[in-house]
Amino acid sequence: MWNVVEDDLESIAIGAGILGTGGGGNPYIGMLRAKQLIRENGPVKVLSPDELDESDYIVCVGGIGAPTVGIEKVRDNQSYYALKAIEDFTGKKASAIISNEIGGSNSVEPLIPASLAGLPVVDADGMGRAFPEVQMKTFFVYGIPAYPMAVCDEKGNTALITEALDGKWVERMARAVTIQMGAVACYALAPMTAHQIQTTAVLNTLSLAKELGEAVRVARTANEDPIEALMNVQSGKVLFQGKIIDLDRQTTAGFAKGQVVIEGMGEYESNKLTVEFQNENLVARLNSEIICIVPDLICIVDTERGEPITTELLRYGFRVTVLGFPAPELWKTPEGLATAGPSAFGYDVEYADLELT
Amino acid sequence: MHIGIDVGGTNTDAVLMDGEVLVGKIKSPTTPDVTSGIISCINTLNASKPNDAEIDAVMLGTTHFVNALLQRAGLAHSAALRLCLPATTMLPPLVDWPDDLRSSIGGHTYMANGGHEYDGREISPIDEIQLRTIAKKMNDEGVRSVSISGVFSPVDDSHEKIAADIITSEIPSMNITLSSEIGRVGILERENAAMLNACLVEVATTTVAAIQTAMASAGLEAPLFFSQNDGTLMQSEFAAQYPVFTIASGPTNSMRGAAFLSGVLDAVVIDIGGTSTDGGMLVRGFPREAIVAVDVAGVRTNFRMPDVFSIALGGGTVIKQNPLVIGPESVGFRLTQEGMVFGGDQLTATDIAVANGTAGVGDPKLLSDINASFAQEAINEIQKRVEEVADQIKVSSHPVPVVLVGGGSILVKNSFEGASDVLRPSNADVANAIGAAISQVGGQVEKVYSLTEMTREEALNLAKEEAISKAVDAGADPDSVGIMDIEEIPLAYLPSNALRVKVKSVGNLDISKQN
Repeated sequence: MWNVVEDDLESIAIGAGILGTGGGGNPYIGMLRAKQLIRENGPVKVLSPDELDESDYIVCVGGIGAPTVGIEKVRDNQSYYALKAIEDFTGKKASAIISNEIGGSNSVEPLIPASLAGLPVVDADGMGRAFPEVQMKTFFVYGIPAYPMAVCDEKGNTALITEALDGKWVERMARAVTIQMGAVACYALAPMTAHQIQTTAVLNTLSLAKELGEAVRVARTANEDPIEALMNVQSGKVLFQGKIIDLDRQTTAGFAKGQVVIEGMGEYESNKLTVEFQNENLVARLNSEIICIVPDLICIVDTERGEPITTELLRYGFRVTVLGFPAPELWKTPEGLATAGPSAFGYDVEYADLELT
Repeated sequence: MHIGIDVGGTNTDAVLMDGEVLVGKIKSPTTPDVTSGIISCINTLNASKPNDAEIDAVMLGTTHFVNALLQRAGLAHSAALRLCLPATTMLPPLVDWPDDLRSSIGGHTYMANGGHEYDGREISPIDEIQLRTIAKKMNDEGVRSVSISGVFSPVDDSHEKIAADIITSEIPSMNITLSSEIGRVGILERENAAMLNACLVEVATTTVAAIQTAMASAGLEAPLFFSQNDGTLMQSEFAAQYPVFTIASGPTNSMRGAAFLSGVLDAVVIDIGGTSTDGGMLVRGFPREAIVAVDVAGVRTNFRMPDVFSIALGGGTVIKQNPLVIGPESVGFRLTQEGMVFGGDQLTATDIAVANGTAGVGDPKLLSDINASFAQEAINEIQKRVEEVADQIKVSSHPVPVVLVGGGSILVKNSFEGASDVLRPSNADVANAIGAAISQVGGQVEKVYSLTEMTREEALNLAKEEAISKAVDAGADPDSVGIMDIEEIPLAYLPSNALRVKVKSVGNLDISKQN
């Protein structure tokens, strides 16, 4: 068990940005919101998944909508209302909260209802990274139903999805409701037991985000290499270092799609790396050969400061380092790959493990 | 003829221009009251002009208002009013401000009904009684200036305008800043920018009036314009209401002036001073804007600011041997006392450049101890770092002209990686004043359109028309106004029925309209 204090939020924001693999939205506003509540109500308790008790009843929360709208109509307590709606519907009180997505702004969302309800958060999430849709969570891959789900706006409206054919249907219905709610909403869904969390969630990811962020901050202060510091925290691989020489970014059907071309520098000189993205980075090709592919994590960070760079902020001339981290094991099974592997994003390519050496 | 003036921290520079020809220039120390330095420059240039020539306009660039923020001097007791309820309450106005700046303006914040959704629906209707109550409370608390920020006011500004009318009817003397006129989508940053403006309105009104009075008593009837962050002009009445738009005019004027002097419109401008090297990119004669939040006096804002990339390297940068270390320390303005080539004992970048033969200042004989191969190694590294600044600020790998200005530009050679040409304009010492003098008039629109009710083309045309009429309203000659830039950003994570459009227009100042 540990506590999230105000200063941790700065680290979590950086770490969640790295785990966001280019997508997931900017954690800055989420960080400010959590900071407000921690100032008022004190630190939020974090439970390790193995500290959960068989009697625990854990609800997953998250934000849904367009990040570009969320910077204008900023989320308030909607995830707390959604939590209450799920409790009312099921007739059971939640004992802990879990994040839907550790990458990007959703990493800090559980801290809001946790602080308001005086509950702990679980050190785990449903992705271990960022993905664009509701059904893309490990819980649902391994048999947890994606309902009941409550979607709430700031005005007092609540939509309850009590049953659905599958997670994809939950996504469709929730997305339609969210647009009517003004493209910014929060949800709570899929109450789970301790055992279900322990077997279907990606574990210890809030700690991981915090440690990644801390490593970057410490390296910056000590004038050390933030990339090396990151590699000391999580086993992964520097895929490439260089500068951005070309960027093709278009937005179709609500997604920022495109690719960025990086020209090698230092030991990568005279090579090129292309990263293809759909909000999140999906495929990295060294010259033309695929060296890392979704669900493995492809993270683009500023070489000098270790700051994660989201898809919408990529620009010509940036000196960047591309990092690859192996996906959580839960994503690498046939069921996991069917939901969030290359084919789920339209790639007719077999998934191959990221080679770490 | 017209006069361009740059009021910097140290010097006030002024130029007299006949159309695009530089006729006269003058430098004088910036005076504590700002005004008398400006007037003495105007008088000197006015006296030097040919007898039959008229001064048609005075264009002024100043860092005076940003200094007021940094020194917390003369800031009005201000309130931030957000129209948002029941949404967007968890992060109240001024939430991320430095404590001392917030308390120096009183820190009054209010949230009221109003605001819109991304698609133009109301979040809630305006509540007139509620706003009248708030206005009375502001008055009781001694608030003299208020910023009004409605959620999605860049999409629909009607609530901000209604709220302004209600407050004015209650407290007629209240200064009002509307966020929709200041910034773009992003409520916290736009509200912050509007609030910075609100607390500067009083000092701006006083300063503008003082300069106008002084100009009139000096017998100069020409209209006064202020140069803005994006390199366009605003009328002085407008500047008194929107001082925040002048905050970054310094680097903008410097870049535009340098490019004008070298005759290029698309170029990288590198300004190498005593301690730092600043790079900026001009696209069609205007600085490229920063895309991330810009920090002003510790406050996050999102309004139009030039993108500047800086490193700690200048003529006074200290060089160490074995191993070679370049900076970041610098002797700065003490270079001519402390640099070895000037008889001092500190090895600086300038000494290296002279030893290597790249530059010719001071007394090279004082550098006989510097090893030639070390000087070569150091100068190569300096060149490489400056080339990297140019490369970082470029928009593509295509070679572009590089304009070098500033005293430290003697450190670098003309063979420049990634440059199609290297230009070193004369009169670069008054580049800022020239930048002010050549400013044009612009208009900008940034809005989110719902494409369920109109086509993309209709949305773009609406935005273009509005941008053009904004430029004309700001004093541009309607026949000269053209569209400078169009940017479309469909909103991610939503089916593509919403589109964010940003359009910029620019035209020549219509001098005849001013008299």
